Amino acid sequence: MEKFEPVIVAFCCHYCAYTAADMAGSQRLDYPPNVKIIRVPCSGKVDAIHILKAFERGADGVYVAGCLEGDCHFKNGNLKAEKQVQYLRKSLDEIGIGGDRLEMVFMSAGMGEFFARKAKEMTEKIRELGPSPVHTQLEQQARQKAS
Amino acid sequence: MITAERKPLKEIMDYIQPFNRILLVGCNECVTVCSAGGRKEVGLLSSALQSAFLSAGKSIEIKEHTLERQCDPEYVEEIVGMMDGVDAVVSMACGCGVQEMARRYKNKPVFPAVNTKFMGASERQGVWAERCQGCGNCLLGITGGICPIARCSKQLMNGPCGGSTNGKCEISKEVDCAWQLIWDRLKMLGQEDRYLDIIPAKDWRTAGGGGPRKIVREDLAG
Ligand code: SF4
Ligand code: SF4
Repeated sequence: MEKFEPVIVAFCCHYCAYTAADMAGSQRLDYPPNVKIIRVPCSGKVDAIHILKAFERGADGVYVAGCLEGDCHFKNGNLKAEKQVQYLRKSLDEIGIGGDRLEMVFMSAGMGEFFARKAKEMTEKIRELGPSPVHTQLEQQARQKAS
Repeated sequence: MITAERKPLKEIMDYIQPFNRILLVGCNECVTVCSAGGRKEVGLLSSALQSAFLSAGKSIEIKEHTLERQCDPEYVEEIVGMMDGVDAVVSMACGCGVQEMARRYKNKPVFPAVNTKFMGASERQGVWAERCQGCGNCLLGITGGICPIARCSKQLMNGPCGGSTNGKCEISKEVDCAWQLIWDRLKMLGQEDRYLDIIPAKDWRTAGGGGPRKIVREDLAG
């Protein structure tokens, strides 16, 4: 079997996590290309449907990255996001995708190094978990269509 | 409002397992307000079902639609054009909406996606509590605006039982004793004498004991 390269979606808030990703870039820090970043105005803006749709389209892992506690530019969007992530982890278990494929992380705009490390850790964790069952089926369907 | 909670995914999947084309219908009223079956929940359930069936190797077609109200025939009629292309309907409305769908679209199986719970009010964001059981003969005017039928665990009509302790009901420290609430409120209103009025044995026929209930407004009914 060819090597499994996980698809990971990271919803990053504009003020902290996205800026940290930028910082990682300007510090020339390596992080896996598996992580696809989606910039959002606030982590609290990430709706359950965005996360479920990411998995429905074949993401193997998703994480929501917001500001450190107390630093959210919209007061408590990051804590709301965390509550939502905890709730959705149960839904993902119910669906059969598995709640441990979804995570919430917090960082400040200056934590470029942490951003790169988190991206690596998440990629490794998902690589170990293997492809999501949805991803596996979507690939199988694509192969059937091609042949 | 009428409150509801989504059923476990597994139960909904078992209902629709034999079918391929599903119409998932939400309702814009009570179930939207209690975050159980509005447009948003229709989207979430649809995505969850797609992923869960796909994981099990089955492709399923789900159309999503949310009606203004599912308990009124006028609105239910609106989706007549969508019915040809579907094998089964999943309704996210309360039990009234599910039944209205089943009455109108007799040749389609209709399944409920939520458990309808009670008539209640929102205590705070994300928390709903029972307030009324629709007894058909409201007592709130003599009980200080607090319902002893919906909120007293024993539906007592004339004061608390012996289990009322520090304002809590004997069934749980989390549940307020309705009669404590009633007494406190009557006192606040200076209506303590109300408490001494005996409420006679309640006639439960208006509460459903007399069979299914109906309201006919002659001035409005055609
Ligand atoms: S007395 Fe009857 S109608 Fe009034 S709130 Fe209680 S259950 Fe509802
Ligand atoms: S403790 Fe109060 S609420 Fe509970 S059953 Fe007794 S009277 Fe009713």
